[in-house]
Amino acid sequence: MNYGTSVIAAISTPAGKGGIGIVRMSGDGALAVAGRVFRAKNGKDPSTMKGYTAAFGTVHKTSGELIDQCILLCFRAPKSYTGEDVAEIQCHGGEAVIQEVLRAVLDSGAEPADRGEFTRRAFLNGRISLTEAEAVMAIVNAASAQGERAAASQAEGSLARRTVEFRDRILAVQTQIAAEIDFPEEDVDEADRGELTREVRKLSEDVSGLIRGYDAGQKMLRGIPAAIVGSPNVGKSTILNLVSGYEKAIVSPEAGTTRDIIEEQVSLGGITLMLADTAGIREQASGDVERIGIDRARERLLRSSLILAVFDVSRPLEEDDLALIEELRGKPVLAVINKNDLPAVADTGKIKEAFPSFVEISAVDPGSLEKLEAAVAEMAGVASFDADQPLLANERQRSCAVRANDALREAADSLEKGYTLDVCYALLDEALSVLYELSGENASEEVIDAVFRDFCVGK
Amino acid sequence: MFEYKSYDVAVIGAGHAGIEAALAAARLGCRTAVFTLTLDAIGNMPCNPSIGGTGKGHLVMELDALGGEMGKAADATMLQSRMLNLAKGPAVHSLRVQSDRRAYHRYMKSALEAEPNLDIFQDEVIGIDVENGAVTAVRTSLGGVFPCRTAVICTGTYLGGKIFVGDAVRRSGPDGVVPADRLTQCLVDLGLPIRRFKTGTPARVHSRSIDYSVLERQDGDSEIVPFCFDNDKPLENTRCCWIAYTNEETHEVIRRNLGRSPLYGGAIVGIGPRYCPSIEDKVVRFPDKKRHQLFIEPCGANTEEMYLQGMSSSLPLDVQYEMYRTIKGLEHVEIMRPAYAIEYDCCDPTELYATLQSKRIKGLFGAGQFNGTSGYEEAAVQGFVAGVNAAHLVLGREPFVLTRKEAYIGTLIDDLVTKGVNDPYRMMTSRCEYRLILRQDNADERMCPKGHELGLLSDSKYELFLKNHEELEKELELIKHTTLHATDEVNSMLESRGETPLSGGVSAESVLKRPNIRYTDILPFLHADGNYPSAKVQQKAEIEIKYEGYLKRQAALADKLSREDQLALDEDIDYKQITGLRLEAADKLNRIKPSSFGQAARISGVNPADLQVLSVWLAKRRRESAKEKTDDQ
Repeated sequence: MNYGTSVIAAISTPAGKGGIGIVRMSGDGALAVAGRVFRAKNGKDPSTMKGYTAAFGTVHKTSGELIDQCILLCFRAPKSYTGEDVAEIQCHGGEAVIQEVLRAVLDSGAEPADRGEFTRRAFLNGRISLTEAEAVMAIVNAASAQGERAAASQAEGSLARRTVEFRDRILAVQTQIAAEIDFPEEDVDEADRGELTREVRKLSEDVSGLIRGYDAGQKMLRGIPAAIVGSPNVGKSTILNLVSGYEKAIVSPEAGTTRDIIEEQVSLGGITLMLADTAGIREQASGDVERIGIDRARERLLRSSLILAVFDVSRPLEEDDLALIEELRGKPVLAVINKNDLPAVADTGKIKEAFPSFVEISAVDPGSLEKLEAAVAEMAGVASFDADQPLLANERQRSCAVRANDALREAADSLEKGYTLDVCYALLDEALSVLYELSGENASEEVIDAVFRDFCVGK
Repeated sequence: MFEYKSYDVAVIGAGHAGIEAALAAARLGCRTAVFTLTLDAIGNMPCNPSIGGTGKGHLVMELDALGGEMGKAADATMLQSRMLNLAKGPAVHSLRVQSDRRAYHRYMKSALEAEPNLDIFQDEVIGIDVENGAVTAVRTSLGGVFPCRTAVICTGTYLGGKIFVGDAVRRSGPDGVVPADRLTQCLVDLGLPIRRFKTGTPARVHSRSIDYSVLERQDGDSEIVPFCFDNDKPLENTRCCWIAYTNEETHEVIRRNLGRSPLYGGAIVGIGPRYCPSIEDKVVRFPDKKRHQLFIEPCGANTEEMYLQGMSSSLPLDVQYEMYRTIKGLEHVEIMRPAYAIEYDCCDPTELYATLQSKRIKGLFGAGQFNGTSGYEEAAVQGFVAGVNAAHLVLGREPFVLTRKEAYIGTLIDDLVTKGVNDPYRMMTSRCEYRLILRQDNADERMCPKGHELGLLSDSKYELFLKNHEELEKELELIKHTTLHATDEVNSMLESRGETPLSGGVSAESVLKRPNIRYTDILPFLHADGNYPSAKVQQKAEIEIKYEGYLKRQAALADKLSREDQLALDEDIDYKQITGLRLEAADKLNRIKPSSFGQAARISGVNPADLQVLSVWLAKRRRESAKEKTDDQ
């Protein structure tokens, strides 16, 4: 074990909804990893921060996309929980947000922490006592017993079956290559290069399907950050009530009634949305309170994966509506053209031109819910999500799948670029060992066993 | 009473393992004796008359770069040379030569005779004396008692050897040499777990009875690469090999007579190697295969004996005649040495440390088939490692262990002592997870510094290595810092290779990375003066540049794992005392006694949760002992 050499990361707040969510990183270079996802408002690089200091800023995906505002706490070795350099990113709660932050940190060079690993490091670095360490040992043991039970139940599960399928397919390719390479003088039929490339490419795609499935599954489980926006009084709150099934927001015909962000976990056709009902965006806010509401609405929009933009079809598009169309152009918008029970007056062509995804409903008509659900499912990219498909259970498994996919993609690329078989072979080795890691097994001599089983080789 | 000469290192057996063990120990300055059943079987090749092959070529080149003897003997006595896997990538290029087996024997016998610190003695070792858990002497069948501090067991298939040809069974070593029948009991008494393995060999037949006109001919390479990088003598193919095939008739003969095979009749109890199945195994296990290939190989320059590779068998003599004569070209074949199966005693290699020293008895080492492997090359490298470590034990030097990321030799020995073996172990490139960085072409880069540090690589060879190394570094610098411009010469070269021409200046490195560009294509632009580096440097530079991304990727993986290998585990840990370790894991750990955390992680039956428990326990112990020290003061 490489104590403290690698940076590990995990969510260190309990699952569920809390006031804040914390992602903790520990190890040499923890602050450098933090620096890759965190942008301080004062422009300071986290790796220059002193211990026991904090900075305010924003946390971003590796693509640069904003996730949330946050506070970065810095602890310097040895004065930290683990005795190593520790960075903590604290942001607004919400599972989806905190998972995204963890993802970004893992994508930036941290490894997912094993169960109890922070505590283990804390002990190894002399930060906690022997008794505490023995408690950790008990947890580790419990975890392993639990892990065995989990493995036993998973062995019948679809993920295990899928992993075994991938492994067997990689093994089949490996076996063919190993037979060709280790027994070159024997009459082993050489595999067709094109077929080999196609199979490796297919493997890579299938593994990335597993990753997409996980991401979609996460969306299903945790809720997609979504927002509902629109000019005042186009019926946003009525729509929110339609989907949540009870009156939550204050619904009144007077413009500017909804002054604060109401975030509601709503289920739309099996998809969970963390739906924020934002203040009506108006250029002329009537008061300070409403202006704050508008600012918050804009900020909340930034980190929404799905924006329901509501328009009132019963009146002409006003300046606010047109401004909204421009502001939201190119964003993940589902245009909700409301009040289609009334005579259509608005120029819906403008809306449909800006937002390829739209749905025409009347929020007061209960039948509209189904239409809305279908449109949201389509938009969320989970329309094709098959609940019977195997799911990766956690970020550790996802990280394994990502590494396996990376090695497989490189393997297919190497064949396409005309590299020799030894390169592909080595990369498949890597993919295989990661898949073993995913299933928690020890790889032994499967390839060699398979060579002797499947080929008549040896002299 | 006569006082027998005493030795630092006694080597039991003068096969491929014994030779390297004896030479290494003697060259390190130890008084060394090598005992053999007959001086006429030193360095014998009782099976295929060849050195090298996939994975094995890597072993020989590594051994040569450490200062071993096998590569020199193979270069000096080769009849035909071929580089296998040329189309499959530099990592798996594997050198294989046909050898003149008698010339090889004479070469090795002379090498042993020429060594000043080395005595050669023809007698059977029947006992090893142990006092206080350490080797004190070896006893021979003629009553000799030779005091010694270490003993290296390199008994090959001679230990308890038993030969089967149908129901004709006799106690014998290969090639008519007597077996070593008495040592096993002594080893059992010393507590070593002895098991029984089996191997086999095909018939040697008279060349004039073969109709070569109907066989496929297989010639050697036109450009021969030697095993020894310092070999500048021109090498030449003097003989060729031939390819023949079995047919349905052959298989019918075999199937009809399976009941007379000791293998299928149950007479053989030893476990045979999967990679070296007998022809009856092949026919039984792959009933759909219409034909099996065999190679007909010369046994030497001055003999008519031809080796039928691929046709090993334990069937009775009459069936052998019938079976071989169904093969096109062998219709009138005359057998000179019949095929046979041989059973022998060997030990479970998990009984050994990575130094190949026994965990039970200080000063007792094992190498080669005794350790459960098969193959001359596997034996030779183990002999070398055991010989060096025996000498180091005597001289009070640090153990010599190669790791998996350093060498095929390290991978082989780690496999043996960590995972153990279920059947005779053969080296294969598939066994080596770092095969992209452990290539034949860089065996010198990887091993020469170690060989020189050991004191076994000659100064002249090391200096040549340094010179080559420097030349390579310079070449790599040059290619990284040379810009190719869009000149007519460059672009016409690119177009002739099917690559898009340049429009501006581009580094030579990136041009070489293009799929169809070889080093020779860019040489004229790198060395305008026509003063080209050696072919070997060109080859190495090409591989280093073209495969750079993949090499770096694998090196990073290797580094990650080697951190675990650096975390040492003491031998005196009783894993049963560690609360939280599963019983199975504790048992395995106690048996293997891994020397590092990394080795522990490779033991089958030790899972990731066990490793967590172990690491916490280790840290706890470290802290306790640190605390005791403070308390003592």
